[in-house]
Amino acid sequence: MIQRGIALFFVLMLLSLSTVLHAEESKPATTSAATSVSSPAATPAATQTPATSAVTPAATPPDVKPVLNTGDTAWMLVSSALVLLMIPGLAFFYGGMVRQKNVLSTMMHSFVAMGIVGVQWAVIGYSLAFAPDMNGMGLIGNFSKVMLDGLIIMKDAASGAVEWALFQNYAKEPGAIPELVFAMYQCMFAMITVALISGAMAERVKFSAYCIFVLLWTTLVYDPLAHWVWMTDGWLFKKGALDFAGGTVVHLSSGISALAFLSFLGKRHGFPHERMAPHNLPLTLLGVGLLWFGWFGFNAGSAIVGVNTSDAAGGLAGLAFATTTIAPAAAGLSWMIAEWIHSGKPSALGFGSGVVAGLVVITPAAGFVQPGAALLMGIAAGIVCYGGVLLKAKLKYDDSLDAFGVHGIGGTFGAILTGVFATVGATGLIAGNAKQLMTQLIAVVAAGAYAVIVTLIISFVLDKTIGLRVEKEDEIIGLDQTQHSESGYNM
Amino acid sequence: MKLIEAIIKPFKLDEVKDALNEIGIEGITVSEVKGFGRQKGHTELYRGAEYVVDFIPKIKLELAVSDDLVAKVIDVIEKTAKTGRIGDGKIFVIPMEDAIRIRTGERGNDAI
Repeated sequence: MIQRGIALFFVLMLLSLSTVLHAEESKPATTSAATSVSSPAATPAATQTPATSAVTPAATPPDVKPVLNTGDTAWMLVSSALVLLMIPGLAFFYGGMVRQKNVLSTMMHSFVAMGIVGVQWAVIGYSLAFAPDMNGMGLIGNFSKVMLDGLIIMKDAASGAVEWALFQNYAKEPGAIPELVFAMYQCMFAMITVALISGAMAERVKFSAYCIFVLLWTTLVYDPLAHWVWMTDGWLFKKGALDFAGGTVVHLSSGISALAFLSFLGKRHGFPHERMAPHNLPLTLLGVGLLWFGWFGFNAGSAIVGVNTSDAAGGLAGLAFATTTIAPAAAGLSWMIAEWIHSGKPSALGFGSGVVAGLVVITPAAGFVQPGAALLMGIAAGIVCYGGVLLKAKLKYDDSLDAFGVHGIGGTFGAILTGVFATVGATGLIAGNAKQLMTQLIAVVAAGAYAVIVTLIISFVLDKTIGLRVEKEDEIIGLDQTQHSESGYNM
Repeated sequence: MKLIEAIIKPFKLDEVKDALNEIGIEGITVSEVKGFGRQKGHTELYRGAEYVVDFIPKIKLELAVSDDLVAKVIDVIEKTAKTGRIGDGKIFVIPMEDAIRIRTGERGNDAI
């Protein structure tokens, strides 16, 4: 069986390699006349003021006024709902992996993030991330869109007549969606990012400390990072860092923050000698399914900020949809096969984890790479992240559900590989652009360092004030009972 | 009278029960138990974290039988529960002082 697995693995490798090489040969002389913009353009603009793109070389067509595109709007509404569904998906994914006594508390970590960030985003988060720059340094947005101000333009207060502010991604084309839809789409990203961190804290974090952490981390880490990378004013955006759907902003930042938080939180009581096996892997696999399903909104929806296009529901979304199918499929297999060879059995948890690893790795690259590259990236994702979680067993740190092993390592790996494999709308190393790889490395280091430092400060302050952990006795009884006065299963 | 206690592999339960029925045994108490003997446990692996499961699930049968049936019952259990592989289980025979049928108050052999 193992030999057959190895054979299959190599066939996959060869297939994907040949596809990439082929794509390389037949690649037309790109860098089309239009522009040299090499990153997604996020330019929220009101109806009255035609938006100006970040980089506008002289000989380009003039900017055009945004016009509402109903097809794009429909797709973005659906995408937003799809991304929201990833959060219950994550709750199942994580919930199945903890012990029975902690299933509700672990699921609550994801659910309460929907509550806290949903409110935070409307009040201040969207403004900090996507309002015009506060001080011209590209670090954070100003307060002009607090309470989503300006997204509804009041025409006549007496009759209630309004106009909708439009989000026009690419100033050379008219296609636009209501900025409210864009704001809500981005809201779902903020919700799930902080929830990803909870995987590292499961089974011992104090609920009150977690809730405050969610609010502080989203405000102080996520919102600035989203501004840096996705907003036209952001300094990493201006540097041309590529992050299609959130490899740096979402996965790298949450994964590495998980590790930073752990330095104050410490290990679970009894780790690693006590048995801490997943209590319900079917829940976890259900979560994998929901995550993959929702991820089509996450990645294909991110075509809304694609390069040189105003189409949210067009070819670019199709490409992101394809890579989001191929990479996790390959990663599920490669993790499974790596585990099969390394430890003797192909596990269900291994396949599911591989799928998630593949999704994480393809996220920053989803609309920049071709299917062959997605296949290679997926294969690599499964093997690298399998190595990542084994590292935990070796180093004995207690990242309960591998938030760092999968999202930290996968997010970093994906962001770097994007600089290698990008050929669509941007160029990476294999297209002869070594500079892009450097830019990606700068983005990874800057975002990682910022996330680590601020998370360390937040964790330190919470640890010294209200404390991060529950009492030892409460931990042993279980968080469901001690934090929530409930139990997951009354059968 | 003897109390016969047999620890067997769970998948053998139906076979053993049918065989005991055939020789006229009218009551068995069955429990799901866990333990280890020479078979030892097994290991489970979750994302590289290895856990040894020391106790493996078994079925415990308890039946009270009159002295004349003891040999036959032991023989039947031994034959039907046997796979020849390690972990087939054990049979214990324990002397029993009395038995009482609660509904009628019958005692001794009449009660079993």
